Amino acid sequence: MKFELEKRTSRDIYGDLMLDLAREDEKVVGVTGDSQMMMRMTKMAKEFPNRVFNVGIAEQNAMNMAAGMAATGYKPFVAGFAPFMTMRACEQLRTFICYPNLNVNVIGGMGGLSASTEGVTHMGLEDIGITRSFPNMIVTAPADGESAYVIGRALYEHVGPTYMKIFKGAVYKVFDRNTYKFEIGKANLMREGTDVTIIANGPMVALSLEACDILAGQGVNARLLEMPCVKPIDREAIIAAAKETGLIVTAEDHQIYCGLGSAVTEVVCDEYPVRVVRMGVKDTFAESGDHYELLEKYGLGTDSIVKTVLDAVQNKK
Amino acid sequence: MITKKEINELKKMACTMRMDVVHMGPRSGNVPHVGPAFSCADIVSALYFHFMNVRPEDPHWEDRDRFVISKGHGALCVYSALAHRGFFSVDELWKIKQVGAILQGHPDMKKIPGIDATTGSLGNGMSFALGIAAAMNLGKKSGKVYCLLGDGEAQEGIVWEAAMYAGAKKLDNFITILDYNHQQGSGVVDDIIDMEPLKDCWKKFGWRVLEINGNCMEEVCSALEMAQVFHGGPTLIVAHTIKGKGVSFMEDNNDWHSKMVNEEEYKTAIAELEAQYKSLEEEAV
Repeated sequence: MKFELEKRTSRDIYGDLMLDLAREDEKVVGVTGDSQMMMRMTKMAKEFPNRVFNVGIAEQNAMNMAAGMAATGYKPFVAGFAPFMTMRACEQLRTFICYPNLNVNVIGGMGGLSASTEGVTHMGLEDIGITRSFPNMIVTAPADGESAYVIGRALYEHVGPTYMKIFKGAVYKVFDRNTYKFEIGKANLMREGTDVTIIANGPMVALSLEACDILAGQGVNARLLEMPCVKPIDREAIIAAAKETGLIVTAEDHQIYCGLGSAVTEVVCDEYPVRVVRMGVKDTFAESGDHYELLEKYGLGTDSIVKTVLDAVQNKK
Repeated sequence: MITKKEINELKKMACTMRMDVVHMGPRSGNVPHVGPAFSCADIVSALYFHFMNVRPEDPHWEDRDRFVISKGHGALCVYSALAHRGFFSVDELWKIKQVGAILQGHPDMKKIPGIDATTGSLGNGMSFALGIAAAMNLGKKSGKVYCLLGDGEAQEGIVWEAAMYAGAKKLDNFITILDYNHQQGSGVVDDIIDMEPLKDCWKKFGWRVLEINGNCMEEVCSALEMAQVFHGGPTLIVAHTIKGKGVSFMEDNNDWHSKMVNEEEYKTAIAELEAQYKSLEEEAV
């Protein structure tokens, strides 16, 4: 299975979503720390100039202002680059949005290694781990822009704080917004299989699908779960995978600590211990470069998935 | 125009609030932030008992005025004001900070009826209040947003982010009152980081700046009257206050930032405040 890059970036598609939501609901407002253009909220700002608040390069103020707006009955989307949303404005998100359980949706652009040529300062490789540790939070990592549209809409409908991680450039198209199904706390079964379960999100979903085909050619029958919602996580699907396949490999465009792999491991350890092999950026800072080249360099390309799964299956007790 | 009788009532309420704060420590068994509550008690009294349009029976009424105590540790006098205004029972004041109590160590908008913003991590409340002001402006609400800012917390960067935004966007429903008591956790504000350029800076950001004695009820009310009718930009009321104001041995003594009274101090503090209350009653006659 070979994938083609989406014709538009997930940021462009997020821009469509904001315009659509703004037209449907006058309570939807956008808040940015000068990322209005970078996060593609320009179309919304053009049609609804009063409803996009560019507070200047001041992410902490953006986050708290969004909290104040939510406390006044509005439905703010705060959009910026993942590291600035989840680290520069980390405390504002935790204490002034999650603690009072306010209805604010946070969008982190440049998720994972997708910041690519921007380099380490702009990479969101810790965002899932950070946001997952806050009570009341819903944490998502879509596989592509099309599914991000559907997930963003579901997060808008949810009342409470949410986080969605999107990408800088175009990623491989896996889904179509007209047919993609998303439910908070639910995994999507992409491939049925019995030897091993791969649990992936973000750009690792497309690469894992490729890997499943290669593995099938080598006699390995791999199940694939797309896990777009890391919090709450689909415990049922993970426990079933542990019981039915006896081996799990997780794959994420994120630091190997605290993200999807950690979340899956926690459930497996609690409920039905089997071996879990985690794939992620291995406790190192990356560098500038093309997104997919970086994924390969840091051990997250299709070949790495195939090799990791084969090794794990061969060593399976 | 506020009457002399009304001012006398507000002074008495500030005195009651200070007495409540003194009682809170021994009655709850938890150490209270006394000094920070005393410096702003007069301002809080004026807001909740004269200027702010709120409905205790409907704390989430959307057309209400909002109050955000950005210096969240000063909230004990706000808790007292809310109780006397009828948002919850006065008995709650004596359970402050206990497990299961509604009154948290710092204001919690979900647990405490009448609290408009969760605060306590310094500097953040002003930015939260600014978001409320921007939203009320968008919704064409006539209410005002009052924010009480500590002088020490004005050292936080986010305060300046908020100050620049409010001035640039001319948010005239936004009134910030600086509780300028010159004390912060580890000493004197002026020695640690002198805030003195603040007034000039904020004027240049587009704020109208008024300067008053924040422990003089007449001046507090006069400044709030002016701020309410000012159009064209946000207002900063620089309120010169005394930390611990109202009890002689606590005044301007940073040891009383957060401290439990012993038995003798308790008696003395209450006696001093009762004497002030009595004298206000006599003044009214």
